[in-house]
Amino acid sequence: MAIFLTKESKVIVQGMTGATGMKHTKLMLGDGTNIVGGVNPRKAGTSVDFDGTEVPVFGSVKEAMEKTGADVSVLFVPPAFAKAAVVEAIDAEIPLAVVITEGIAVHDSAAFWAYAKAKGNKTRIIGPNCPGLITPGQSNAGIIPGDITKPGRIGLVSKSGTLTYQMMYELRDIGFSSAVGIGGDPVIGTTHIDALAAFEADPETDLIVMIGEIGGDAEERAADFIKANVTKPVVGYVAGFTAPEGKTMGHAGAIVSGSSGTAQAKKEALEAAGVKVGKTPSETARLAREILVG
Amino acid sequence: MDLFEYQARDLFAKHGVPVLAGEVIDTPEAAREATERLGGKSVVKAQVKVGGRGKAGGVKLAATPDEAVARATDILGMDIKGHTVHKVMIAETAPEIAEEYYVSYLLDRTNRTFLAMASVAGGMDIEEVAATTPEKLAKVPVDANEGVSIEKAREIVAQAQFPAEVAEKVAEVMVTLWKTFIAEDALLVEVNPLAKVASGDVIALDGKVSLDANAEFRQPEHEALEDKDAANPLEAAAKAKGLNYVKLDGQVGIIGNGAGLVMSTLDVVAYAGEKHNNVKPANFLDIGGGASAEVMANGLEIILGDPDVKSVFVNVFGGITACDEVAKGIVQALELLKSKGEEVTKPLVVRLDGNNAELGRQILSEANHPLVQRVDTMDGAADKAAELAAK
Repeated sequence: MAIFLTKESKVIVQGMTGATGMKHTKLMLGDGTNIVGGVNPRKAGTSVDFDGTEVPVFGSVKEAMEKTGADVSVLFVPPAFAKAAVVEAIDAEIPLAVVITEGIAVHDSAAFWAYAKAKGNKTRIIGPNCPGLITPGQSNAGIIPGDITKPGRIGLVSKSGTLTYQMMYELRDIGFSSAVGIGGDPVIGTTHIDALAAFEADPETDLIVMIGEIGGDAEERAADFIKANVTKPVVGYVAGFTAPEGKTMGHAGAIVSGSSGTAQAKKEALEAAGVKVGKTPSETARLAREILVG
Repeated sequence: MDLFEYQARDLFAKHGVPVLAGEVIDTPEAAREATERLGGKSVVKAQVKVGGRGKAGGVKLAATPDEAVARATDILGMDIKGHTVHKVMIAETAPEIAEEYYVSYLLDRTNRTFLAMASVAGGMDIEEVAATTPEKLAKVPVDANEGVSIEKAREIVAQAQFPAEVAEKVAEVMVTLWKTFIAEDALLVEVNPLAKVASGDVIALDGKVSLDANAEFRQPEHEALEDKDAANPLEAAAKAKGLNYVKLDGQVGIIGNGAGLVMSTLDVVAYAGEKHNNVKPANFLDIGGGASAEVMANGLEIILGDPDVKSVFVNVFGGITACDEVAKGIVQALELLKSKGEEVTKPLVVRLDGNNAELGRQILSEANHPLVQRVDTMDGAADKAAELAAK
């Protein structure tokens, strides 16, 4: 069953005709994703050939949905135009919008999040600044390499792209139900809590791995949520123990301000909620392995 | 990016927030003319990006131009909590202050919205007000798309229980301060204190502004606000090459792809260092997704140029990034440095996994560089790099 994305998902790509969009549309098709269209108003009516698969280009998200029944959009739109593209997806009420774009101004992401909320949150937003999500063996909406691992019973939610890949690689023999990269920006759509709730409800997920990093209090709030709502085992990892205060570590949201947002505080909060937290990615994988296969 | 007070003052003035006259100088002698222009007296204020300047003696009144020179002489070069004072602001002296308030807008990450904060208990550390007398600090969410009209501003002011005689004036400041916040793509705009003076007017006497680096594409004027003097030379060189680099104080140079993996690499190296003379990571460097050989070579050149670095750990999990490109970058960088006559003497430990890892490993094996060694697990490679740095 997986979460948010299955083989039934009909995926469109906003920004498909750009260089990054082209590259990753091809990769997503290779992973079996049912890509039903691209969106670019200037190229509407044309189509793009991906190794023999013709993908039509539509003038708008709304048109693409009407003609194909699309229910997922993956966005590879440059930062300056990302807000307008997300707003378009929200207006079309597409159920899931996966915003891969890195470098969106916070005022823009705050604006599209407020807009989604005002419209009743009919569109689930994942990202921005994220690798997207994958349900191995079924569908891939984003840039997570499709060949790291196979279908299995671990659910993964992570702020970081490469740590997602690393963890999938460490546990590649066990396999994953879904892996969701929620993004490292200060304002993101889908949170750890949303993914935890979905994995808890997913009968095909037996264990959840949660990867966090410094900045904000999302991990602390996830810990409270786990304590109250999650019955499945959760294994955690937090990056950034050695990060100095006041410096942004790559991700726009990864910054320790005063005593808040530290990795230590996040680890302690998760442990207090019964989550086993690894010191390194490999130790985290070992903890997950012990629970699943003994 | 956090701004200096004088830069915040300039942005406030630009958007109509009432401020006092002031100019920034960097030599004591310049304080004389600046003070003369203000009518013969001034306040000399250290420009450092840290709180508690007043208590540290970084803010002084000058009753004459000569006194301003003397005060500027004292303050320039002063150390305030580890920050050296390179500039002072010569500001107009405030008229008699009757009351001090606090107002700000910021991003509320937790609730994914903007937040207005206002308090009649200004002039002190607002975190202390929030902790000891939270009822005195009004927090009002602001919808990013609705913004702050004068009506919304009045609502904020009413919640903070400002006295009736200043309420409308503070509401007007809330509107102009919001304009500053939006127009400048700020993450924080804060006025503390917002002073009520004898005439009944309100004036922003001090403030903080933090700007969003992601908005640089539509804020061309922000680049000039960067404090280039303070930037570490290695950080400046990395920035010029478009690399995401933070200098730290350890000995193991780190290069990786993806912010999360690099942060994790720093942690793993620090743990490994506990067994090897307590060596620590020397930097954060993320070459990003899909990095080419050239980007890898640029990164390696920065790291090898850091005299604190004793060994280098290249940790790449190829997602979009192809490991053969990374391997080519390493080989190219070493050749490039050699051709420049810069002898590389620091050992490199390389761990490649993921996209094209086998190809990448093969390229390194064929290059057979005496200083490069491959370790194929992250923990093992971190341990090796720490061991080499401890030698």
